[in-house]
Amino acid sequence: MENIRNQIKIFFLRILNIPFAFLMHAIDLIMWPIQKIIGVRNMPYIFLLPNLIFFGLFVIIPLGANFFFSLSSGDELLFAERELPTTKQYDQLFDCESYLNPNTCTEDFFWRGVYNTIFFVVFQVGLMIFFSVLTAVILNKKIIGRGFFRSVFFFPVLLSPVVVGLIWQWILLKNGAFNAIIESYGGDKVSFLTDPSWAMASVIFVSIWAHMGFYTLIVLAGLQAIPPNLYEAAEMDGTSRERIFFRITIPLLMPNLLVVFILASIKGVQTFDEIYVLTGGGPGTSTSLIVQYIFTTGFASSGSVQNFGLAAAASMVLGVVLLFLTLMQLYFSRNKESKHQEI
Amino acid sequence: MSDTASRIIKIATKKRYKNKYHWTDYFSYFYLFLGVLLMFGPVVWLGLSSLKTLAGIQEYPPTILPLSQIQVDVEGYDKPLPIFNVTQEDGSVKQLAQIKRIGINAKMVDPLNPEETIKVPIDKREKVREFKIQWENYVDPLRKYDFLLYFKNSTFITVVATIITLIINSMAAYALSIYEFRGKNFALVFVIGTLLIPLTIILVPVFYVVANFGMINSLWGVILPGAATPTGVFLLRQYMLTLPRELIEAARMDHASEWAIYWRVVLPLSIPAIAVLAIFSIMWRWNDFLWPLIVLSKSEVYTLQIGLNAFHGELTSQWNYVLSMTMVTLLPIAIIFTYLQKFITTGIASTGMK
Repeated sequence: MENIRNQIKIFFLRILNIPFAFLMHAIDLIMWPIQKIIGVRNMPYIFLLPNLIFFGLFVIIPLGANFFFSLSSGDELLFAERELPTTKQYDQLFDCESYLNPNTCTEDFFWRGVYNTIFFVVFQVGLMIFFSVLTAVILNKKIIGRGFFRSVFFFPVLLSPVVVGLIWQWILLKNGAFNAIIESYGGDKVSFLTDPSWAMASVIFVSIWAHMGFYTLIVLAGLQAIPPNLYEAAEMDGTSRERIFFRITIPLLMPNLLVVFILASIKGVQTFDEIYVLTGGGPGTSTSLIVQYIFTTGFASSGSVQNFGLAAAASMVLGVVLLFLTLMQLYFSRNKESKHQEI
Repeated sequence: MSDTASRIIKIATKKRYKNKYHWTDYFSYFYLFLGVLLMFGPVVWLGLSSLKTLAGIQEYPPTILPLSQIQVDVEGYDKPLPIFNVTQEDGSVKQLAQIKRIGINAKMVDPLNPEETIKVPIDKREKVREFKIQWENYVDPLRKYDFLLYFKNSTFITVVATIITLIINSMAAYALSIYEFRGKNFALVFVIGTLLIPLTIILVPVFYVVANFGMINSLWGVILPGAATPTGVFLLRQYMLTLPRELIEAARMDHASEWAIYWRVVLPLSIPAIAVLAIFSIMWRWNDFLWPLIVLSKSEVYTLQIGLNAFHGELTSQWNYVLSMTMVTLLPIAIIFTYLQKFITTGIASTGMK
């Protein structure tokens, strides 16, 4: 049986291989003369070229252009028609009487975004890591149906933000399933997504739901890397389970957690999609984060109000935050590796 | 006698001690049970509800299975009327159709005797249900709206982008793993560098570049910017570094061109890593939202994700179509997941990326 299945597999792979082999032979017709001319020594440059062209065009040039956009003003997208140089965008972004009160700023939408993002990241990342660790610790135990439970917790990670947004928007409707459950237990209906005091909490909840599985998986990998002989030794000594958890599991997981924490923050700061589908940043500006601001100022507002320069300047601010977080991540993951070597 | 009894008790208690459940065990199963409800429940609920009629979806409190109320055509009324079981004063039950609900009373009519209307208190009636699957939810949007086109666009983007990503990333990984050449370290740092620059901070200028190439509102404008991925290069390079060099030397001895070594020797040996990258790429592309949202503004080039979002925005009340199309959108990924779960989870655990 296994044999037949394998043969069928190989048969299909062969058929799939035909166009691929054809394409590769065709490319070889070009590559062979090139190799003759430039020599084997220089061939790696040819292999690198397509990737570098793509990186250059869509990452490096845009990064430079972002500086330019943020330092020039005007409504045009074309470089030649923009005024240069000016710090107008940054002046406008940072024009505040008091940075603690978004209402006193010219770009109050931006500052609300900043504060919402901080609030969102603190709670989303904190709660998500807590539940990821809890789930991972439980899934790491010898329980029945471990594989099933693991895939159940991981499954939402693969759903698209639109799907996540729509499912939850529908469940959290005023006449939705969640409210039906609440009412059946004698509670009052809640407008989860349209009540400003609830919207942020709902958005954080949905975001945790959607991304928790990913971090659970990473923490689980970290848990499984803890040498089992430590546990065996502790059990021999009759150590209580609580003590094992707090004295062995948590300390050995710490370096891993730190990296997960920063990784989650990097993603959290950039959150946009699910919230866009769920609430669109509303009601009012109660759930709009920084990327929502960039998107709205740069692209979504109708023609005349589109302000690429302002959006680029806000991107630069976000970029600085992300750079800081990424450097922290690199620093800590290097630390983690050296610690592992010590063990 | 008492000796045996005490021994039995001893054995019994000893055994119990060995199998003793710690409180964390009870907690674990309780937590997992709740987790399954919360994580998987919404998707199951979505699947079941996508088979309901619009009235069934909007019903509050909702029913779990697609049980819709039976409706009948009554003479003299334009719309089909819903049927209720009404308990009458003498205790007997009669089926009546409801015309209108007025406060705590309902204006009802006997379908067999349409001339006469009857007033019934609403707590005296009960809905008559039947199990009915509304396949139209799936067929109508594909026929009446452009969902088939969106599906095609999404498939095109996913397939083409994945092929391009696999080819150019494996080429770069091949160069960075097999050869020693000047500027190799620079190229490596360059690739790591791009890892640090997410799309969200260069939205405006990438849009500018894409606009310069005239690719706004074109599927290529979605495919090309994300084709080269640092994640992919690293994943493949890490794998290719483990391949034995002797194979490459042997191929060179046989006068194979470098390109032939790449696709005949190195690529087939890297299939496991390529499979992981392929699955990732398919997931990224199928689920992509922010970038298509910016580049694609005409409905003929919408992807499934953008189309679904726009459709929901226009027709907020058509939840039956929205739910069924949400199912269609998540189905391909769900199928891939059930078959290739191991690949995905080991891929994520080993790279720390998704």
